[in-house]
Amino acid sequence: MPSLFDKLWARHTIAETPGGATIVAIDRVFLHERTGAAALNSLAAAGRKVADPARVFAAMDHIVDTFQGRDDNTLMPGGTAFITETRAACHEAGITLFDIGDPDQGIVHVVSPELGIVLPGLTLVAPDSHSCTQGAVGALAWGIGSTEAEHALATGTLRVRKPPSMRVIFDGVLAAGVTPKDMALALISAHGAAGGQGHAIEFAGPAVRALSMEGRMTLCNMATEFAAFSAVIAPDETTFAWLKGRRYAPSGAMWDAALADWQDLASDPDALFDREVTIDASTLAPMVSWGTSPGQSTAITGVVPGVAAGASRAAHDKSLAYMGLVEGQSLAGLPIDAAFIGSCTNSRLSDLERAAAIVAGRHVATGVRAIVVPGSSAVKRAAEALGLDRIFTDAGFEWRESGCSMCFFAGGESFGAGQRVISSTNRNFENRQGPGTRTHIASPETVAASAIAGRIAAP
Amino acid sequence: MSTPFVTLTAIAAPMLEDNIDTDIIIPSREMKTTGKTGLAVGLFAGRRYVSGRTENPDFILNQPQFRTAAILLAGDNFGCGSSREHAVWALAEHGIRAVIAPSFSPIFEGNAARGGVLPLRLPRAAVAALAASPAPLTIDLPAQTVTAPGLHFAFAIDAEAKAMLIGGLDAIDLTLQSADAIAAWQSRNRLARPWVYLGNH
Repeated sequence: MPSLFDKLWARHTIAETPGGATIVAIDRVFLHERTGAAALNSLAAAGRKVADPARVFAAMDHIVDTFQGRDDNTLMPGGTAFITETRAACHEAGITLFDIGDPDQGIVHVVSPELGIVLPGLTLVAPDSHSCTQGAVGALAWGIGSTEAEHALATGTLRVRKPPSMRVIFDGVLAAGVTPKDMALALISAHGAAGGQGHAIEFAGPAVRALSMEGRMTLCNMATEFAAFSAVIAPDETTFAWLKGRRYAPSGAMWDAALADWQDLASDPDALFDREVTIDASTLAPMVSWGTSPGQSTAITGVVPGVAAGASRAAHDKSLAYMGLVEGQSLAGLPIDAAFIGSCTNSRLSDLERAAAIVAGRHVATGVRAIVVPGSSAVKRAAEALGLDRIFTDAGFEWRESGCSMCFFAGGESFGAGQRVISSTNRNFENRQGPGTRTHIASPETVAASAIAGRIAAP
Repeated sequence: MSTPFVTLTAIAAPMLEDNIDTDIIIPSREMKTTGKTGLAVGLFAGRRYVSGRTENPDFILNQPQFRTAAILLAGDNFGCGSSREHAVWALAEHGIRAVIAPSFSPIFEGNAARGGVLPLRLPRAAVAALAASPAPLTIDLPAQTVTAPGLHFAFAIDAEAKAMLIGGLDAIDLTLQSADAIAAWQSRNRLARPWVYLGNH
């Protein structure tokens, strides 16, 4: 009868509070330099210690520059303090930091699965909304704020009211060129950016089962753009094979014991969910956003729509005015100023491989600025071993060091006001990538094809 | 610890827009310090200023009757996007003690109660009715009501969030009251699932 989410919750329930919250055991906490120092310093100021430093990690990803030879100096004004204070606080607390120059440095939600820090059946929290990404390995992972991070650090627990559950089933087979990013944009555009309504989501169905681990991460990553509490995909042979041998994964007899334990991590056949949605994956097409919310997306072959039934005319007009588009306008063929491949959504090795395959032997269109930021230093090294960096630079892309980079504007680097950017990131909010910057979110393949064409183009 | 929230009578500023994300509430570039203060000046910066710190007279919180508003009235999915708790800290520092909306981002909703800002859910029509009232609103958290001349609405709220807001409580102290139970649970879990626990790598 229990769902996978029910099982994960039950495994971590320490106690129920009189107020109706559960004291939930938190197995892993992952910090980053934008809020890491704030949380650790606040903890120390209150005279509290980190309960179990061995299970707390941090990475420099949000504020660091991505230029070759980068150091503590940042284009973001005041960024250096975030970096140096986080480093000092991590050292003081005895937690593992993946620092600038560390071979394991990278974006939290790329590094954590890569190193086997997140595992099936675990709970993991981070002060970052895309923590849901890590549910792809069958863990319960969600984003929290800085104050909750302090609580998790000090007590090894969080007080949480158990969210309702939702299953999203993708039936059928994805057509060629259609990716998990397109699956996510299709879900959000069909059901709205608030469609997940604080539910713990399980992604299931044959089209999800067929995804690679990195593809599953892309799908889970976008769950926060759907207002979900978390996203999980039941672990299977694909998951276990991918995790085996990773640095923080169990090995030897302990691997065997873990593997046996993980066999139960699936929803029972008669599991009940508060909501259920089914999408036929075979009907999906490459998508691109046209507006200022991930829900404002359509097939690349489509046009900017009119106001949706029940939606605000004023909000619709405001989105179009910001994006410089009109109703009925085609997305395909729209000229772009810049192309960005990066972020915790789509910057893993397979993303870079597929994008490189599209740009190989071709060149970024004149006047288009194109940048690739690998999701981690390990991804960067693996890509370079395959010669992907040369493929990208020969095609006219900038090849950067790892970090969150221009997924968001922190006061440092930006493409510029009025610039139309096609991006493999997760948010197209107004001013997200910079004041007045116009963001179209899409798969890395679509970004690559568009960079070559100089216009939005399907892969 | 935050200032306890019991009852509040204050002007409410209408921002009846859906999906007001945390980038709008506090742009990334305004999060200049590692601390939790000094953020009020960056609240809604993209809309509040025309450039630099020159105020935009059209922005609701810059208008004379709303400069001291302690309540915001908003649309669906308030606080969506990035988990940055700075959104709550900026609101609180500016003096906003409650946001009334039909729905909230789950992360923002959790952060708000912890930061002493009441996330109060009311149906769209109720929020619109409150926005049409020029008089101050009264929020009574223990009674779970919002009133204005001629208007009376009851609201639901998570019991934990309510207790923390009324008590100005620190959740860590609350949880540490169960320290023995937590330690016992961890000991059992360590035996049952040893791979969850990490030593030196």
